[in-house]
Amino acid sequence: MVQALKVSETLTNAPIKAQARGVKVFYGAKQALAGIDLDIPENHVTALIGPSGCGKSTFLRCINRMNDIIDGCRVEGDIQIDGVNIYEKNQDVVQLRARVGMVFQKPNPFPKSIYENVAYGPRIHGMAANKKQLDEIVTDSLTRAGLIKEVYDRLDSPGTGLSGGQQQRLCIARAIAVKPELILMDEPCSALDPIATARIEELIDELRHNFTIVIVTHSMQQAARVSQRTAFFHMGELVETGTTAQIFTNPREARTQAYITGRIG
Amino acid sequence: MVSDHIVKSFDDDLNHLVNMIAEMGGLAERQLADAISALSRRDEALATSVITQDKRLDMLEEDIDAQVIRMLALRQPQALDLRAVIVALKISAELERVGDYAKNVAKRTLTLMQAPSINPATNTIVRMGTIVGGMISNVIDAYLNSDIVKAKDVRARDADVDQLHTSLFRELLTYMMEDPRNITACTHLLFIAKNLERIGDHITNIAENVHFLVAGENFDDDRPKGDFSSSTIVTVEGNTP
Repeated sequence: MVQALKVSETLTNAPIKAQARGVKVFYGAKQALAGIDLDIPENHVTALIGPSGCGKSTFLRCINRMNDIIDGCRVEGDIQIDGVNIYEKNQDVVQLRARVGMVFQKPNPFPKSIYENVAYGPRIHGMAANKKQLDEIVTDSLTRAGLIKEVYDRLDSPGTGLSGGQQQRLCIARAIAVKPELILMDEPCSALDPIATARIEELIDELRHNFTIVIVTHSMQQAARVSQRTAFFHMGELVETGTTAQIFTNPREARTQAYITGRIG
Repeated sequence: MVSDHIVKSFDDDLNHLVNMIAEMGGLAERQLADAISALSRRDEALATSVITQDKRLDMLEEDIDAQVIRMLALRQPQALDLRAVIVALKISAELERVGDYAKNVAKRTLTLMQAPSINPATNTIVRMGTIVGGMISNVIDAYLNSDIVKAKDVRARDADVDQLHTSLFRELLTYMMEDPRNITACTHLLFIAKNLERIGDHITNIAENVHFLVAGENFDDDRPKGDFSSSTIVTVEGNTP
Protein backbone atom coordinates (compact mmCIF):
# COMPACT_ATOMS: atom_id res chain seq x y z
CA MET A 1 0.00 0.00 0.00
CA VAL A 2 0.95 3.59 -0.47
CA GLN A 3 2.77 5.21 2.38
CA ALA A 4 2.66 8.90 1.65
CA LEU A 5 5.06 9.97 4.34
CA LYS A 6 8.03 8.28 5.84
CA VAL A 7 8.44 8.96 9.52
CA SER A 8 11.76 10.67 8.84
CA GLU A 9 10.01 13.14 6.57
CA THR A 10 7.46 14.15 9.15
CA LEU A 11 10.06 15.18 11.69
CA THR A 12 12.34 18.10 11.37
CA ASN A 13 15.13 17.88 13.85
CA ALA A 14 17.05 20.82 12.45
CA PRO A 15 17.75 23.65 14.86
CA ILE A 16 15.45 26.65 14.53
CA LYS A 17 17.22 29.52 12.78
CA ALA A 18 14.40 32.03 12.98
CA GLN A 19 11.29 32.05 15.06
CA ALA A 20 8.25 34.28 14.61
CA ARG A 21 5.84 34.73 17.49
CA GLY A 22 2.59 36.67 17.30
CA VAL A 23 3.71 38.72 14.33
CA LYS A 24 1.03 41.25 13.36
CA VAL A 25 1.46 43.80 10.59
CA PHE A 26 -0.74 46.82 9.96
CA TYR A 27 -0.70 49.08 6.91
CA GLY A 28 -2.35 52.12 8.47
CA ALA A 29 -5.64 50.86 9.85
CA LYS A 30 -5.65 47.72 7.74
CA GLN A 31 -4.30 44.58 9.41
CA ALA A 32 -2.30 42.47 6.97
CA LEU A 33 -1.07 39.73 9.31
CA ALA A 34 -3.15 38.31 12.14
CA GLY A 35 -0.47 37.01 14.49
CA ILE A 36 1.94 34.59 12.86
CA ASP A 37 3.81 31.89 14.76
CA LEU A 38 6.34 30.14 12.54
CA ASP A 39 9.62 28.33 13.05
CA ILE A 40 12.17 28.42 10.25
CA PRO A 41 14.60 25.50 10.45
CA GLU A 42 18.28 26.01 9.69
CA ASN A 43 19.66 24.83 6.33
CA HIS A 44 16.19 24.12 5.04
CA VAL A 45 14.13 25.81 2.38
CA THR A 46 10.84 27.03 3.79
CA ALA A 47 8.23 27.92 1.16
CA LEU A 48 5.48 30.42 1.90
CA ILE A 49 2.45 29.84 -0.32
CA GLY A 50 -1.01 31.35 -0.54
CA PRO A 51 -3.20 33.45 -2.80
CA SER A 52 -2.42 37.08 -3.64
CA GLY A 53 -2.92 39.35 -0.65
CA CYS A 54 -2.64 36.52 1.87
CA GLY A 55 0.27 38.17 3.66
CA LYS A 56 3.11 35.87 2.64
CA SER A 57 5.28 38.62 1.13
CA THR A 58 4.46 40.92 4.04
CA PHE A 59 5.66 38.24 6.42
CA LEU A 60 8.81 37.64 4.35
CA ARG A 61 9.66 41.33 4.51
CA CYS A 62 9.32 41.27 8.30
CA ILE A 63 12.27 38.91 8.53
CA ASN A 64 14.77 41.58 7.46
CA ARG A 65 12.65 44.57 8.53
CA MET A 66 12.02 45.69 4.96
CA ASN A 67 8.60 46.84 6.15
CA ASP A 68 10.32 49.56 8.18
CA ILE A 69 10.71 51.63 5.03
CA ILE A 70 7.00 51.53 4.17
CA ASP A 71 5.09 54.56 5.47
CA GLY A 72 2.30 53.71 7.89
CA CYS A 73 3.47 50.14 8.33
CA ARG A 74 3.55 48.86 11.90
CA VAL A 75 4.86 45.48 13.09
CA GLU A 76 3.94 43.84 16.41
CA GLY A 77 5.16 40.61 17.96
CA ASP A 78 8.71 39.43 17.65
CA ILE A 79 10.98 37.59 15.29
CA GLN A 80 14.06 36.01 16.75
CA ILE A 81 17.09 35.01 14.75
CA ASP A 82 19.37 32.75 16.76
CA GLY A 83 17.34 33.69 19.83
CA VAL A 84 17.69 37.47 19.46
CA ASN A 85 14.66 39.61 18.68
CA ILE A 86 15.39 41.62 15.52
CA TYR A 87 12.74 44.17 16.47
CA GLU A 88 14.63 45.29 19.58
CA LYS A 89 15.33 49.03 19.67
CA ASN A 90 19.10 48.67 19.54
CA GLN A 91 19.05 46.39 16.49
CA ASP A 92 21.26 47.77 13.71
CA VAL A 93 19.05 47.35 10.64
CA VAL A 94 21.88 47.63 8.13
CA GLN A 95 23.74 44.91 10.01
CA LEU A 96 20.55 42.82 10.08
CA ARG A 97 20.15 43.07 6.31
CA ALA A 98 23.69 41.82 5.87
CA ARG A 99 22.72 38.74 7.88
CA VAL A 100 19.40 38.38 6.08
CA GLY A 101 19.81 38.81 2.34
CA MET A 102 17.04 39.26 -0.15
CA VAL A 103 16.36 38.33 -3.76
CA PHE A 104 13.43 39.98 -5.49
CA GLN A 105 10.86 39.03 -8.06
CA LYS A 106 12.44 41.00 -10.89
CA PRO A 107 16.22 40.81 -11.18
CA ASN A 108 17.51 44.22 -10.09
CA PRO A 109 21.25 44.41 -10.66
CA PHE A 110 22.89 47.78 -9.95
CA PRO A 111 23.70 49.77 -13.10
CA LYS A 112 27.33 48.80 -12.60
CA SER A 113 29.69 46.11 -13.78
CA ILE A 114 29.14 42.47 -12.91
CA TYR A 115 32.16 42.68 -10.60
CA GLU A 116 30.90 45.81 -8.83
CA ASN A 117 27.45 44.31 -8.32
CA VAL A 118 28.95 41.53 -6.25
CA ALA A 119 31.76 43.56 -4.66
CA TYR A 120 29.47 46.33 -3.44
CA GLY A 121 28.17 44.62 -0.29
CA PRO A 122 31.48 43.17 0.95
CA ARG A 123 33.11 46.56 0.41
CA ILE A 124 30.60 48.61 2.42
CA HIS A 125 30.63 46.01 5.18
CA GLY A 126 34.44 46.07 5.22
CA MET A 127 34.72 42.36 4.58
CA ALA A 128 37.85 42.52 2.42
CA ALA A 129 41.20 43.92 3.56
CA ASN A 130 42.53 44.30 0.04
CA LYS A 131 41.75 43.90 -3.64
CA LYS A 132 42.89 40.29 -3.67
CA GLN A 133 40.46 39.33 -0.92
CA LEU A 134 37.66 41.19 -2.65
CA ASP A 135 38.45 39.37 -5.90
CA GLU A 136 38.21 36.09 -4.04
CA ILE A 137 34.84 36.95 -2.55
CA VAL A 138 33.50 38.01 -5.96
CA THR A 139 34.76 34.88 -7.70
CA ASP A 140 33.56 32.63 -4.91
CA SER A 141 30.09 34.20 -4.89
CA LEU A 142 29.73 34.00 -8.67
CA THR A 143 30.86 30.37 -8.51
CA ARG A 144 28.32 29.49 -5.85
CA ALA A 145 25.63 31.26 -7.82
CA GLY A 146 26.51 29.08 -10.82
CA LEU A 147 27.34 32.08 -12.98
CA ILE A 148 31.14 32.18 -13.12
CA LYS A 149 31.53 30.08 -16.28
CA GLU A 150 29.26 32.45 -18.17
CA VAL A 151 30.84 35.73 -17.01
CA TYR A 152 34.49 35.11 -16.00
CA ASP A 153 35.80 36.88 -19.10
CA ARG A 154 33.53 39.91 -18.88
CA LEU A 155 33.40 40.89 -15.22
CA ASP A 156 33.71 44.54 -16.25
CA SER A 157 30.63 44.44 -18.50
CA PRO A 158 27.43 45.90 -17.07
CA GLY A 159 25.28 43.52 -15.03
CA THR A 160 22.23 44.80 -16.81
CA GLY A 161 23.55 43.33 -20.08
CA LEU A 162 23.01 39.78 -18.87
CA SER A 163 19.93 37.69 -19.66
CA GLY A 164 17.07 37.66 -17.13
CA GLY A 165 18.09 34.32 -15.64
CA GLN A 166 21.75 35.40 -15.46
CA GLN A 167 20.75 38.68 -13.84
CA GLN A 168 18.82 36.80 -11.19
CA ARG A 169 21.81 34.59 -10.48
CA LEU A 170 23.92 37.75 -10.30
CA CYS A 171 21.50 39.08 -7.68
CA ILE A 172 21.85 35.82 -5.78
CA ALA A 173 25.66 36.14 -6.01
CA ARG A 174 25.32 39.69 -4.70
CA ALA A 175 23.15 38.46 -1.83
CA ILE A 176 25.51 35.66 -0.79
CA ALA A 177 28.65 37.79 -1.15
CA VAL A 178 28.06 39.35 2.28
CA LYS A 179 27.79 35.85 3.80
CA PRO A 180 24.24 36.12 5.07
CA GLU A 181 22.72 33.49 7.33
CA LEU A 182 19.27 33.70 5.85
CA ILE A 183 18.26 34.41 2.28
CA LEU A 184 14.76 35.64 1.56
CA MET A 185 13.45 35.13 -1.95
CA ASP A 186 10.30 36.83 -3.14
CA GLU A 187 9.10 34.95 -6.22
CA PRO A 188 12.63 34.77 -7.63
CA CYS A 189 11.60 32.91 -10.78
CA SER A 190 8.35 34.53 -11.77
CA ALA A 191 10.05 36.61 -14.47
CA LEU A 192 12.14 33.72 -15.81
CA ASP A 193 11.63 31.04 -18.44
CA PRO A 194 11.47 27.34 -17.43
CA ILE A 195 15.17 26.65 -18.08
CA ALA A 196 16.36 29.69 -16.10
CA THR A 197 13.85 28.70 -13.42
CA ALA A 198 15.28 25.19 -13.24
CA ARG A 199 18.79 26.66 -12.85
CA ILE A 200 17.65 28.84 -9.95
CA GLU A 201 15.84 25.93 -8.32
CA GLU A 202 18.95 23.78 -8.61
CA LEU A 203 20.94 26.64 -7.12
CA ILE A 204 18.49 27.00 -4.21
CA ASP A 205 18.92 23.31 -3.47
CA GLU A 206 22.71 23.73 -3.32
CA LEU A 207 22.61 26.96 -1.33
CA ARG A 208 20.50 25.49 1.44
CA HIS A 209 23.47 23.48 2.67
CA ASN A 210 25.13 26.75 3.69
CA PHE A 211 22.20 29.10 4.16
CA THR A 212 18.68 29.07 5.51
CA ILE A 213 16.25 30.01 2.77
CA VAL A 214 12.71 31.35 2.89
CA ILE A 215 10.98 31.58 -0.46
CA VAL A 216 7.65 33.10 -1.43
CA THR A 217 6.24 31.53 -4.56
CA HIS A 218 3.00 31.52 -6.48
CA SER A 219 3.96 28.31 -8.19
CA MET A 220 2.90 25.40 -6.03
CA GLN A 221 4.95 23.06 -8.17
CA GLN A 222 7.96 25.21 -7.39
CA ALA A 223 7.23 25.10 -3.66
CA ALA A 224 6.90 21.33 -3.96
CA ARG A 225 10.17 21.04 -5.90
CA VAL A 226 12.48 23.26 -3.87
CA SER A 227 11.27 23.33 -0.28
CA GLN A 228 11.40 20.94 2.63
CA ARG A 229 8.83 22.82 4.67
CA THR A 230 5.77 24.68 3.45
CA ALA A 231 3.64 27.25 5.21
CA PHE A 232 0.22 28.12 3.81
CA PHE A 233 -1.05 31.67 4.37
CA HIS A 234 -4.62 32.75 3.79
CA MET A 235 -6.19 36.14 4.53
CA GLY A 236 -3.40 37.19 6.84
CA GLU A 237 -3.36 33.96 8.82
CA LEU A 238 -0.90 31.11 8.86
CA VAL A 239 -3.34 28.27 8.21
CA GLU A 240 -0.99 25.33 8.23
CA THR A 241 2.67 24.48 8.23
CA GLY A 242 4.31 21.12 7.76
CA THR A 243 6.77 19.17 5.71
CA THR A 244 6.33 19.88 2.03
CA ALA A 245 5.55 16.23 1.34
CA GLN A 246 2.80 16.25 3.93
CA ILE A 247 1.27 19.53 2.76
CA PHE A 248 1.11 18.33 -0.85
CA THR A 249 -0.16 14.81 -0.20
CA ASN A 250 -2.21 15.06 2.96
CA PRO A 251 -2.84 18.57 4.26
CA ARG A 252 -4.67 18.64 7.57
CA GLU A 253 -6.64 21.83 7.04
CA ALA A 254 -9.57 22.09 4.64
CA ARG A 255 -8.42 25.54 3.46
CA THR A 256 -4.96 24.23 2.57
CA GLN A 257 -6.51 21.35 0.66
CA ALA A 258 -8.84 23.73 -1.18
CA TYR A 259 -6.01 26.07 -2.16
CA ILE A 260 -3.42 23.58 -3.34
CA THR A 261 -5.97 21.55 -5.30
CA GLY A 262 -7.19 24.70 -7.07
CA ARG A 263 -10.53 25.16 -5.33
CA ILE A 264 -9.96 28.61 -3.80
CA GLY A 265 -7.73 31.40 -5.04
CA MET B 1 -18.21 17.68 0.90
CA VAL B 2 -15.28 19.02 -1.07
CA SER B 3 -16.13 22.05 -3.19
CA ASP B 4 -15.63 22.28 -6.94
CA HIS B 5 -12.42 23.25 -8.67
CA ILE B 6 -11.99 26.71 -10.10
CA VAL B 7 -11.28 24.92 -13.39
CA LYS B 8 -14.53 23.04 -13.95
CA SER B 9 -13.13 20.58 -16.47
CA PHE B 10 -10.90 19.19 -13.72
CA ASP B 11 -14.05 18.11 -11.86
CA ASP B 12 -15.37 16.54 -15.06
CA ASP B 13 -12.15 14.55 -15.40
CA LEU B 14 -12.32 13.34 -11.80
CA ASN B 15 -16.01 12.41 -12.07
CA HIS B 16 -15.31 10.51 -15.25
CA LEU B 17 -12.61 8.55 -13.45
CA VAL B 18 -14.93 7.68 -10.56
CA ASN B 19 -17.67 6.61 -12.98
CA MET B 20 -15.30 4.30 -14.81
CA ILE B 21 -14.28 2.66 -11.52
CA ALA B 22 -17.94 2.23 -10.59
CA GLU B 23 -18.59 0.61 -13.95
CA MET B 24 -15.61 -1.72 -13.56
CA GLY B 25 -16.75 -2.66 -10.06
CA GLY B 26 -20.26 -3.49 -11.23
CA LEU B 27 -18.89 -5.50 -14.13
CA ALA B 28 -16.42 -7.44 -11.96
CA GLU B 29 -19.18 -8.25 -9.49
CA ARG B 30 -21.45 -9.54 -12.24
CA GLN B 31 -18.66 -11.56 -13.88
CA LEU B 32 -18.00 -13.31 -10.59
CA ALA B 33 -21.69 -13.95 -9.90
CA ASP B 34 -22.14 -15.35 -13.41
CA ALA B 35 -19.08 -17.56 -13.11
CA ILE B 36 -20.31 -19.03 -9.81
CA SER B 37 -23.81 -19.47 -11.15
CA ALA B 38 -22.44 -21.21 -14.27
CA LEU B 39 -20.48 -23.53 -11.98
CA SER B 40 -23.41 -24.49 -9.78
CA ARG B 41 -25.87 -24.90 -12.68
CA ARG B 42 -23.31 -26.43 -15.06
CA ASP B 43 -24.30 -23.74 -17.55
CA GLU B 44 -21.97 -23.83 -20.53
CA ALA B 45 -23.41 -20.80 -22.30
CA LEU B 46 -23.07 -18.61 -19.22
CA ALA B 47 -19.49 -19.77 -18.57
CA THR B 48 -18.59 -18.97 -22.18
CA SER B 49 -20.14 -15.53 -21.89
CA VAL B 50 -18.05 -14.80 -18.76
CA ILE B 51 -14.91 -15.69 -20.69
CA THR B 52 -15.70 -13.32 -23.57
CA GLN B 53 -16.95 -10.49 -21.31
CA ASP B 54 -13.60 -10.26 -19.52
CA LYS B 55 -12.32 -8.15 -22.41
CA ARG B 56 -14.59 -5.32 -21.30
CA LEU B 57 -12.85 -5.15 -17.93
CA ASP B 58 -9.46 -5.14 -19.65
CA MET B 59 -10.56 -2.29 -21.90
CA LEU B 60 -11.91 -0.26 -19.01
CA GLU B 61 -8.63 -0.70 -17.17
CA GLU B 62 -6.76 0.60 -20.22
CA ASP B 63 -9.09 3.59 -20.40
CA ILE B 64 -8.49 4.36 -16.74
CA ASP B 65 -4.72 4.05 -17.19
CA ALA B 66 -4.84 6.52 -20.06
CA GLN B 67 -7.07 8.92 -18.15
CA VAL B 68 -4.80 8.81 -15.09
CA ILE B 69 -1.65 9.45 -17.13
CA ARG B 70 -3.37 12.33 -18.89
CA MET B 71 -4.50 13.86 -15.61
CA LEU B 72 -1.08 13.51 -13.99
CA ALA B 73 0.51 15.21 -16.99
CA LEU B 74 -2.03 17.95 -17.57
CA ARG B 75 -3.57 18.68 -14.17
CA GLN B 76 -0.71 18.01 -11.77
CA PRO B 77 -3.16 16.94 -9.06
CA GLN B 78 -2.28 17.61 -5.42
CA ALA B 79 -3.39 16.32 -2.03
CA LEU B 80 -6.88 14.75 -2.18
CA ASP B 81 -6.91 15.00 -5.99
CA LEU B 82 -3.53 13.28 -6.19
CA ARG B 83 -4.76 10.48 -3.97
CA ALA B 84 -7.97 10.17 -6.02
CA VAL B 85 -6.02 9.76 -9.24
CA ILE B 86 -3.47 7.31 -7.86
CA VAL B 87 -6.08 5.27 -6.02
CA ALA B 88 -8.20 5.01 -9.19
CA LEU B 89 -5.16 3.62 -10.99
CA LYS B 90 -4.59 1.02 -8.28
CA ILE B 91 -8.23 0.02 -7.85
CA SER B 92 -8.66 -0.50 -11.58
CA ALA B 93 -5.66 -2.87 -11.57
CA GLU B 94 -7.19 -4.83 -8.68
CA LEU B 95 -10.57 -5.07 -10.43
CA GLU B 96 -8.95 -6.19 -13.65
CA ARG B 97 -7.32 -9.02 -11.68
CA VAL B 98 -10.66 -9.92 -10.09
CA GLY B 99 -12.01 -10.24 -13.62
CA ASP B 100 -9.16 -12.57 -14.59
CA TYR B 101 -9.97 -14.86 -11.67
CA ALA B 102 -13.68 -14.89 -12.56
CA LYS B 103 -12.72 -15.78 -16.13
CA ASN B 104 -10.55 -18.61 -14.86
CA VAL B 105 -13.45 -19.94 -12.76
CA ALA B 106 -15.56 -19.98 -15.93
CA LYS B 107 -12.85 -21.84 -17.89
CA ARG B 108 -12.56 -24.49 -15.20
CA THR B 109 -16.36 -24.74 -15.08
CA LEU B 110 -16.32 -25.79 -18.74
CA THR B 111 -13.74 -28.46 -17.89
CA LEU B 112 -15.65 -29.63 -14.82
CA MET B 113 -18.70 -30.38 -16.96
CA GLN B 114 -16.81 -33.37 -18.32
CA ALA B 115 -16.31 -34.83 -14.80
CA PRO B 116 -18.69 -36.09 -12.12
CA SER B 117 -19.95 -33.28 -9.92
CA ILE B 118 -18.82 -32.94 -6.30
CA ASN B 119 -21.92 -31.32 -4.87
CA PRO B 120 -21.03 -30.57 -1.22
CA ALA B 121 -17.80 -28.84 -2.20
CA THR B 122 -19.53 -26.91 -4.97
CA ASN B 123 -22.02 -25.65 -2.41
CA THR B 124 -19.21 -24.34 -0.22
CA ILE B 125 -17.71 -22.61 -3.27
CA VAL B 126 -21.06 -20.97 -4.01
CA ARG B 127 -21.11 -19.71 -0.42
CA MET B 128 -17.59 -18.32 -0.79
CA GLY B 129 -18.61 -16.72 -4.07
CA THR B 130 -21.58 -15.02 -2.43
CA ILE B 131 -19.43 -13.57 0.35
CA VAL B 132 -16.77 -12.37 -2.10
CA GLY B 133 -19.40 -10.91 -4.43
CA GLY B 134 -20.89 -8.97 -1.52
CA MET B 135 -17.43 -7.70 -0.65
CA ILE B 136 -16.95 -6.34 -4.19
CA SER B 137 -20.30 -4.57 -4.07
CA ASN B 138 -19.62 -3.11 -0.63
CA VAL B 139 -16.08 -1.99 -1.36
CA ILE B 140 -17.27 -0.09 -4.43
CA ASP B 141 -19.99 1.53 -2.30
CA ALA B 142 -17.33 2.44 0.25
CA TYR B 143 -15.25 3.96 -2.56
CA LEU B 144 -18.12 5.96 -4.02
CA ASN B 145 -19.25 7.26 -0.61
CA SER B 146 -15.78 7.72 0.95
CA ASP B 147 -16.99 5.39 3.71
CA ILE B 148 -14.05 4.24 5.84
CA VAL B 149 -16.21 2.21 8.22
CA LYS B 150 -17.60 0.17 5.37
CA ALA B 151 -14.13 -0.31 3.90
CA LYS B 152 -12.92 -1.61 7.23
CA ASP B 153 -15.87 -3.99 7.46
CA VAL B 154 -15.13 -5.39 3.98
CA ARG B 155 -11.54 -5.94 4.94
CA ALA B 156 -12.56 -7.80 8.11
CA ARG B 157 -14.78 -10.16 6.11
CA ASP B 158 -11.81 -11.45 4.14
CA ALA B 159 -10.99 -13.62 7.16
CA ASP B 160 -14.28 -15.52 6.60
CA VAL B 161 -13.29 -16.17 3.00
CA ASP B 162 -9.90 -17.40 4.15
CA GLN B 163 -11.49 -19.77 6.67
CA LEU B 164 -13.86 -21.20 4.08
CA HIS B 165 -10.91 -21.71 1.77
CA THR B 166 -8.97 -23.59 4.43
CA SER B 167 -11.90 -25.89 5.24
CA LEU B 168 -12.65 -26.44 1.56
CA PHE B 169 -9.03 -27.35 1.03
CA ARG B 170 -9.29 -30.09 3.69
CA GLU B 171 -12.62 -31.25 2.32
CA LEU B 172 -11.34 -31.60 -1.23
CA LEU B 173 -8.20 -33.46 -0.17
CA THR B 174 -10.44 -35.90 1.68
CA TYR B 175 -12.59 -36.54 -1.41
CA MET B 176 -9.48 -37.18 -3.44
CA MET B 177 -8.27 -39.75 -0.95
CA GLU B 178 -11.66 -41.44 -0.85
CA ASP B 179 -11.78 -41.98 -4.59
CA PRO B 180 -9.00 -41.19 -7.08
CA ARG B 181 -11.66 -40.68 -9.78
CA ASN B 182 -12.48 -37.41 -7.97
CA ILE B 183 -8.98 -36.05 -8.39
CA THR B 184 -9.53 -34.15 -11.66
CA ALA B 185 -12.70 -32.44 -10.49
CA CYS B 186 -11.34 -31.76 -7.02
CA THR B 187 -8.15 -30.23 -8.36
CA HIS B 188 -10.12 -27.80 -10.52
CA LEU B 189 -12.36 -27.00 -7.57
CA LEU B 190 -9.26 -26.36 -5.46
CA PHE B 191 -8.06 -23.82 -8.02
CA ILE B 192 -11.50 -22.25 -8.15
CA ALA B 193 -11.52 -21.94 -4.37
CA LYS B 194 -8.04 -20.45 -4.53
CA ASN B 195 -9.25 -17.97 -7.16
CA LEU B 196 -12.02 -16.84 -4.84
CA GLU B 197 -9.60 -16.54 -1.95
CA ARG B 198 -7.32 -14.39 -4.14
CA ILE B 199 -10.27 -12.21 -5.19
CA GLY B 200 -10.92 -11.63 -1.48
CA ASP B 201 -7.32 -10.42 -1.12
CA HIS B 202 -7.69 -8.01 -4.04
CA ILE B 203 -10.92 -6.64 -2.56
CA THR B 204 -9.05 -6.17 0.71
CA ASN B 205 -6.43 -4.16 -1.17
CA ILE B 206 -9.18 -1.99 -2.60
CA ALA B 207 -10.58 -1.44 0.90
CA GLU B 208 -7.12 -0.31 2.01
CA ASN B 209 -6.94 2.04 -0.98
CA VAL B 210 -10.29 3.53 -0.02
CA HIS B 211 -8.97 4.19 3.48
CA PHE B 212 -5.88 5.88 2.04
CA LEU B 213 -8.01 7.93 -0.35
CA VAL B 214 -10.21 9.26 2.41
CA ALA B 215 -7.85 9.51 5.37
CA GLY B 216 -4.55 10.14 3.60
CA GLU B 217 -2.96 7.28 5.52
CA ASN B 218 -3.15 3.52 5.73
CA PHE B 219 -5.15 1.41 8.15
CA ASP B 220 -3.24 1.50 11.41
CA ASP B 221 -3.57 -2.24 12.14
CA ASP B 222 -2.63 -5.44 10.35
CA ARG B 223 -5.46 -7.06 8.48
CA PRO B 224 -7.05 -10.18 9.98
CA LYS B 225 -5.89 -13.38 8.28
CA GLY B 226 -7.53 -16.79 8.29
CA ASP B 227 -6.04 -18.77 5.42
CA PHE B 228 -4.12 -21.73 6.82
CA SER B 229 -4.33 -23.92 3.72
CA SER B 230 -0.60 -23.49 3.13
CA SER B 231 0.10 -25.53 6.25
CA THR B 232 -2.79 -27.99 6.01
CA ILE B 233 -2.09 -31.75 5.98
CA VAL B 234 -4.78 -34.40 5.65
CA THR B 235 -3.59 -37.95 6.42
CA VAL B 236 -5.22 -41.21 5.33
CA GLU B 237 -7.02 -42.86 8.26
CA GLY B 238 -5.21 -45.89 9.61
CA ASN B 239 -1.90 -44.66 8.27
CA THR B 240 -1.40 -42.00 10.93
CA PRO B 241 1.81 -42.61 12.88
